[in-house]
Amino acid sequence: MERIRITVGLGSCGIASGAKIVYEALKEKTQKLNVQIVKVGCIGICRYEPIVEIYKDGNRITYINVSEKDVEDIIEKTIKNNEIIESLSLKEENNNILNDPFLKRQTRIVLENCGKINPENIDEYGGYKALRKALKMDKDEIIHEVKESKLRGRGGAGFKTGDKWSLVKASAGDKKYVCCNADEGDPGAFMDRAILEGDPHSVIEAMIIAGYAVGASEGFIYVREEYPLAVERLKVAIKQAQSKKYLGKNILNSGFNFNLELRLGAGAFVCGEETALMASIEGKRGEPRLRPPYPAEKGVYNSPTLLNNVETFANIPIIILNGSAWFNSLGTDKSGGTKVFALGGKIKNTGLVEVPIGTELKEIIYDIGGGIANDKKFKAAQTGGPSGGCIPASLINVKMDYDNLKEIGTMMGSGGLIVTDEDTCMVDIAKFFLDFAVSESCGKCTPCRIGTKRVYEILDKITKGKGTIEDLENLDNLSKHIQATSFCGLGQTATNPVLSTMRYFKEEYISHIVEKKCPAKVCKDLLKYKINKELCKACGLCAKNCPVNAIIKTDDKYEIDESKCIKCGACFNNCHFKAIEKE
Amino acid sequence: MNKEIDEIIKNSESLIEMLQKIQKIDGYLYFERLFYLSEKLDMSLEDIYSTATFYNGFSFNMKGKYQINICLGTVCYVKGSKELSEEISKILNIKDGECTKDGKFSLDTTRCLGCCSMAPVMKINDDIYGFVKKEQVKEILAKYN
Repeated sequence: MERIRITVGLGSCGIASGAKIVYEALKEKTQKLNVQIVKVGCIGICRYEPIVEIYKDGNRITYINVSEKDVEDIIEKTIKNNEIIESLSLKEENNNILNDPFLKRQTRIVLENCGKINPENIDEYGGYKALRKALKMDKDEIIHEVKESKLRGRGGAGFKTGDKWSLVKASAGDKKYVCCNADEGDPGAFMDRAILEGDPHSVIEAMIIAGYAVGASEGFIYVREEYPLAVERLKVAIKQAQSKKYLGKNILNSGFNFNLELRLGAGAFVCGEETALMASIEGKRGEPRLRPPYPAEKGVYNSPTLLNNVETFANIPIIILNGSAWFNSLGTDKSGGTKVFALGGKIKNTGLVEVPIGTELKEIIYDIGGGIANDKKFKAAQTGGPSGGCIPASLINVKMDYDNLKEIGTMMGSGGLIVTDEDTCMVDIAKFFLDFAVSESCGKCTPCRIGTKRVYEILDKITKGKGTIEDLENLDNLSKHIQATSFCGLGQTATNPVLSTMRYFKEEYISHIVEKKCPAKVCKDLLKYKINKELCKACGLCAKNCPVNAIIKTDDKYEIDESKCIKCGACFNNCHFKAIEKE
Repeated sequence: MNKEIDEIIKNSESLIEMLQKIQKIDGYLYFERLFYLSEKLDMSLEDIYSTATFYNGFSFNMKGKYQINICLGTVCYVKGSKELSEEISKILNIKDGECTKDGKFSLDTTRCLGCCSMAPVMKINDDIYGFVKKEQVKEILAKYN
């Protein structure tokens, strides 16, 4: 009888939901059965974790939100008796997760293996076929394929990958490096984590191919320390690739040598900038330096260096295997393939979404994401993280590609897609990103170091109800100056969230300044708490919870003394009758 | 004490790697150890200090037995993680970056743990908690005794 395969999603998100306990329990209780328990990465629908999938007689049965107590049932009913457990199953067709509307509408190339194969077993990855093919190709032919694929950098700026490769190849030098930027610093993006945790060999294989094509013999993966599981899986994967002779000397008898090392980041957003990242690889302060010379000429240890991001690399094996024509049949005229978005925020279905470049935002939010959570109204989508901007509801038909997003004042970035609703204050969001910029500015240049702080202060003033109309002009001026005069990409893009929210949500700024009101009821200082006497049952819970005794009993009802109220919201959170209202 | 550092120097490729390993020993960068490192590497203490302070991953403050990290990435922020950090501050009576007097808990905020689809997220040592509600914080902390 064929061996039954059971996979457990053991990405960071799965583990956080308790998947490890489920995995251990399944392992222990199936010892005497003809069953193989396999750990896999994150499939990208984290709210379903822990996910257990049973591959049996050609079927794939998906169970979601599994806990330890379900393990016995799964074994007795499903494994032994082919019975589906209704309470755990997805209600989709054939109980297969691939029929879930969230996944069904996606085009999964990069994430294909995530959640399917065991990332810690090189044999499940598929034999490094792309590397074998590439080693028989001419180097220029490989670069030509990458160029023709119209692949563009998935890390942020969208530089043409093939052009970068040919620049590094053309650079003179005996020693060259290939680096992978796995310092996924954009808060809200986690596709690189999913790839590294779920399919690390795709990145390693791509780096070896890149090394061969551009003539590099050494590589670094610069991965952030905040991703311990990704680091662990990369270590295992590198070791396995070495033992299979895909790494090291004379790879697959081609005469080509390539070594790969990990470098751990230590938590600095600016290290996503290429020259800063390279300084950090060398163990120094991650400060950016002037370009030119570009890393293609002088990068790590002053040698020509090719630097691509995780997702960019993860596209390479499939381009080599299926050819550029196949790849660029997806996407737009100028940009081939797919993009992975990390869909999060106030949306029903959160998770990783891989769609062809050029897909409409509307499709991502409504058809895949299921619309806004709690039936609220869609306000804007934030893309590009702290360097990006927002897409307002009026532009929901925008086709998501590098150039379109740039035109409307935001950017593709690494693919964070954060959905906001009517309860999100856009001034507060801008302030959040500026706070981020202030603390992540490396301090090398003045516009970024001091300018971002000043912008933050103005925003802070506005959210506290102390802003003036002149502040709007100052914000605009200062933001544009910082954009024009900062040294590196961090500063040049740091004020994008301000400019973009001012462009599309100016009336919200004006409400804060003129009416001293926060329409989304987020900015605490502008809030007023009031007791709705109709709803108040005079239970006294609010008064009991008020830390400053601002709630007093008058007649038979309660009232808030505004002069004493510190707007902590304790009464609001504690009222059982929704009688406390924010204004 | 210095023997450990000798080992670390021998087995590390870069200063950052050394500092990361040294931090693992005490949970933070203990100044005495940096003195020794500076002597051994023949590198000024200023250079070491300026590298260490550049990165958020290094700390010069003592950390608790249980290190609480509240994610303040964009998604967590939008979903109210600030309230979690305020709640913990209130319960433990410490501010962001501080450690309780008994050395049990320390509180830090961090920029994105990459678990955005489970926002808001908090981490205690290696345990990640997703979809955390303010009311659950007390219960979660009680697990660490």
